Amino acid sequence: MQNVVSVKNLSKTYSNQFQALNNINLDIKQNEIFALLGPNGAGKTTLISIICGIVTPSIGTVEVGNYDIIKDYRKTRSQIGLVPQELTLEQFEIVYNNVSYTRGLYDKPPNHQHIEKILKDLSLWDKKDSKINELSGGMKRRVLIAKALSHEPSVLFLDEPTAGVDVELRKDMWEVIKNLRDKGVTIILTTHYIEEAEAIADRVAVINKGEMIVVDETSNLIKSLGQKTLTIDLHETVKTLPDSLKNYKLTIVNDGLSIDYQYDTQSKQTGITSLLQDMKEAGLKLKDLNTEQSSLEKIFVELVKEK
Amino acid sequence: MNFYAIRAIYFHEMDRMRRTLFQSVLSPVLSTSLYFIVFGSVIGGMIPQIEGVSYGSFIVPGLLMLTLLTQSISNSSFGIFFPKFTGSIYEVLAAPISSLEIIIGFVGASATKSLIVGVIILITATFFVELQIQYPLLMFFLLVLTCLTFSLFGFLIGLLSENFEQLQVVPLIIVTPLVFLGGSLYTVEMLPEFWQNVTYFNPVLYLVNGMRWSFYGTSDINIWVSVISLVAFLSICIAGVAIAITKGYGTKE
Repeated sequence: MQNVVSVKNLSKTYSNQFQALNNINLDIKQNEIFALLGPNGAGKTTLISIICGIVTPSIGTVEVGNYDIIKDYRKTRSQIGLVPQELTLEQFEIVYNNVSYTRGLYDKPPNHQHIEKILKDLSLWDKKDSKINELSGGMKRRVLIAKALSHEPSVLFLDEPTAGVDVELRKDMWEVIKNLRDKGVTIILTTHYIEEAEAIADRVAVINKGEMIVVDETSNLIKSLGQKTLTIDLHETVKTLPDSLKNYKLTIVNDGLSIDYQYDTQSKQTGITSLLQDMKEAGLKLKDLNTEQSSLEKIFVELVKEK
Repeated sequence: MNFYAIRAIYFHEMDRMRRTLFQSVLSPVLSTSLYFIVFGSVIGGMIPQIEGVSYGSFIVPGLLMLTLLTQSISNSSFGIFFPKFTGSIYEVLAAPISSLEIIIGFVGASATKSLIVGVIILITATFFVELQIQYPLLMFFLLVLTCLTFSLFGFLIGLLSENFEQLQVVPLIIVTPLVFLGGSLYTVEMLPEFWQNVTYFNPVLYLVNGMRWSFYGTSDINIWVSVISLVAFLSICIAGVAIAITKGYGTKE
């Protein structure tokens, strides 16, 4: 698939000598949902700010749709929509004018039908004449998305789109993002909610201290780096583990009614067969078995810790 | 040229004026009218004519300049500082707009607002003092040039200011004293010789006298010197703003 965004050897050092990015290389494919994952201060916002033209790169090049972001800034920026992290809106302006203003900035003639459609899609049409300061936080977030979509971009950057948003609204946002992808928009989002990346991203990049640690398909990442947990429910509670089981990575959970066993899915021998054999010999009666793939969150914590 | 962006910024800024009509238009008109009442009608009657013009009429060009300068600086400095302060400047920086287009949008709107206020003040002045304009075209030219120049100057202040205090320092500490001491309310000849010489270093003197010449055909300064001074300051402001915005001072890291 064609690359929409191509970042090569990108570094950024701010005037206070803080190095926010260090030799980043990244390709984002057309029509994918790409999640940039990282702790606070990892360099996620700096990276997307450079691609969008808000921050100047120190070293390296960035291309959007095969155009250089500095030499051909009009062509690259026309393709991009940006939803910033903060709720930065003109508080005393009404919703409709706010969204129309952004469309104008992108050299597009007024288009009432388009603005109406966006506002309706984002459930904002009945608020079109409301001032921004009369809206809830979730609505303001949606106004920012409407602004970013006002000029019909093909690439949409969302910087922490669901930060501070309740669970229900977060899931609504995910639907909005998926719908946009279905309409052909490439989505790049930054987040530190692992479940968000896990739920909607096709690919994930983990960034920490300005360096790209890993870039992979979400499912691959979970599969290749993940551990699984086998939960064994017992008929009777146990307080301590028999000596014959001390060599296994076991944890007593559920007030002694269950035992968790962690194993690596990639290793040749998972140790499950021998564990179950040893448990039988130790006189433990099994009630049920359940396995669970470790979440992206655990992988992320491990990756960041390693660096 | 991104005309839609220029139009968007221009009308976005003009909308701010519509939303804050009292602060943007009524307040400067009211405060200038108070000068006309106190210095023109009340005290002015006790002061003899200056260069054949009644004192009330004499101070109109100076007071007009005072308002134009402070309004132009305040409009444009606030216009660019406010989105910096709220963070909404991101969308201007991320849009496919050149520095020139940004300047035209913001400065054009600021100059228009000042021009509207200036015209209203002129109309208001006719209620309090006898007003004659010998060279209306020149007066209008100077009015537009002053609004543009000081809107650019204000834009530069807004770009470089990091907080509200810095935003206020130049207009309050520098511009207002320069206007009051630049012959707005008196002629240079009224001052002792030493202070006359000092006043010639005040750039506002040349603006006020240029405007006064367009009204009454009398001035402390040759009209060409006034026009050239204004154009020179306009050029300095253009260069300053161009450098600041191209280098990203105050907006881009």
